[in-house]
Amino acid sequence: MGEFDNLERIARDLRKDILIMLNKAGSGHSGGSLSVLDILVALYFGGIMNYDPENPEWEDRDRLVLSKGHACPALYAVLAKAGFFEKGLLWTLRKLGSPLQGHPDSKKLKGIDAATGSLGNGITQAVGMALAGKVLKKRYKVFCVMGDGELQEGVVWEAFMAANHYKLNNLIVIIDYNGLQIDGAVANVMNINPLKDKLEAFGFRTYEIGGHVYKNLIDTLTTAKRNALSPTAIIARTVKGYGVSFMANRVEYHGVAPTDEELKKALKELDNGV
Amino acid sequence: MEFKATREAYGKALVELGEKNEKVVVLDADLSGSTKSKEFQKVFENRFFNMGIAEANMAGVAAGMALSGLRPYASSFAVFITGRAFEIVRQSICYQNLHVVLCGSHSGISVGEDGGSHQSVCDIALMRALPNMKVVVPADYNETYLAVLESINWDGPVYIRTSRAKSPVFINKEKFELGRFDVLKEGDNLTLVACGMMVHLALEVSKLLEKNGIKAEVINASSIKPLDEETLFNSAKKTNLVITIEEHSIIGGLGSAVSEFLSENLPTRVKRIGLNDVFGESGSKDDLFCKYGFTKEKLTEEIKKTLKV
Repeated sequence: MGEFDNLERIARDLRKDILIMLNKAGSGHSGGSLSVLDILVALYFGGIMNYDPENPEWEDRDRLVLSKGHACPALYAVLAKAGFFEKGLLWTLRKLGSPLQGHPDSKKLKGIDAATGSLGNGITQAVGMALAGKVLKKRYKVFCVMGDGELQEGVVWEAFMAANHYKLNNLIVIIDYNGLQIDGAVANVMNINPLKDKLEAFGFRTYEIGGHVYKNLIDTLTTAKRNALSPTAIIARTVKGYGVSFMANRVEYHGVAPTDEELKKALKELDNGV
Repeated sequence: MEFKATREAYGKALVELGEKNEKVVVLDADLSGSTKSKEFQKVFENRFFNMGIAEANMAGVAAGMALSGLRPYASSFAVFITGRAFEIVRQSICYQNLHVVLCGSHSGISVGEDGGSHQSVCDIALMRALPNMKVVVPADYNETYLAVLESINWDGPVYIRTSRAKSPVFINKEKFELGRFDVLKEGDNLTLVACGMMVHLALEVSKLLEKNGIKAEVINASSIKPLDEETLFNSAKKTNLVITIEEHSIIGGLGSAVSEFLSENLPTRVKRIGLNDVFGESGSKDDLFCKYGFTKEKLTEEIKKTLKV
């Protein structure tokens, strides 16, 4: 038994929840939800974040801003598992009246720290939260999970510049680097590399790790929490559609929900631990 | 008569708010000397954040601060804070109904010489269209001061529009009430509804009209959203002709707000006076006001023409 078997087991179950949610909704973003999931599982169940599902607005809690808001099915599955709401609510995703909006809405669902979806806006809010932590003399950390394609938005770099200027050592940015965006490979649509150099030039202590390897995630996030000098960026190399063979690395599954048949196939794969 | 710019009142009120409430923080985008937020910085260095020339990020940072329990006031030129940052104001501030106060200074064409690129002629239209947003255009220094002080008590996002140009200080009241128009002068031949610097001008116009035997009711519409529907309804019912005057495009601003309400509730003839779907240009404030018709003589002529139709 490995040290992180438990997290892997949780992630496998949550992948199933994500696919069922998306299938029931009939629309949504499969690829990015599956790629980001291990990052979120590490944050919520790997002993990284301080939170209290009984008191979701606890002012000393660590904040999570999912700047790539379209991957919210992964966050919803994680929040349900963490006890923020009943799991049954997951099956209402994207339906009229549901607090589980197509992109996260802080006003509708407990546990969502910021409404996101329009790319680049999440990181600006995360910078504001980290700055507020300084003003209010709070020790909380702000974790901002971003997509790699999202980094093409200009405002992201305005936010990074501000994070460095104000020495936001309480801000930890994790980039779900799956290499794909709607129109194709990030490198072909609008290249963001050399990313590590850029982030370092913007004053971030930067790490590059495998984004589906729990040991990497937990070790790096733990180190990032201790960084007292600067904001931290973690480039987590992931696979879009991770965990489902026919979705993996396929750009076609960016914004598509699995059909009934695809769901059956995917669940079987996950059960067999392929 | 005393002349003072409304932006001066913003700076003064911020300092007072900062003294009363330690959650008040102020952001600016490299224009703190011009917007007057620098007054706050001088006293509360630790609660002032210059975000650099990055208005969109400033709006998002303000949202994050509001989500964390602070009371942010963010300022820049009206044209940038509403236009450049529009999408984040919409997505992060208004969508979450966060209590962020945005102050756009150097509004309208009265900013003058910098020209059309820096003049803000559609900021009211942009902000008014956003759900949850409140839009306030004070008429003078006194009213701006009261509105900024009071804004700490309102829920959700607020847009306050100020000007660089000095203008007459003439409003005497104790408190600013959101959603309330003030009837500054009663009359029964027509209603002049104005906002910002146009309010004092409307009073001057009413004097000229009076010499021609025309009695105009003059209304200060400093709260454009929410609109004071009751005062508007009663005045329109009495005069049956409403003329709006604003230092803004006639599309989407005060004139549109008034027309929308009246057309549904008390169909009344409305004449909108403002910028006729054009950008401004360089020139002194007085030259520009003359060119675009914002003088008491030109306004009086325009109104007399309207009455004849």
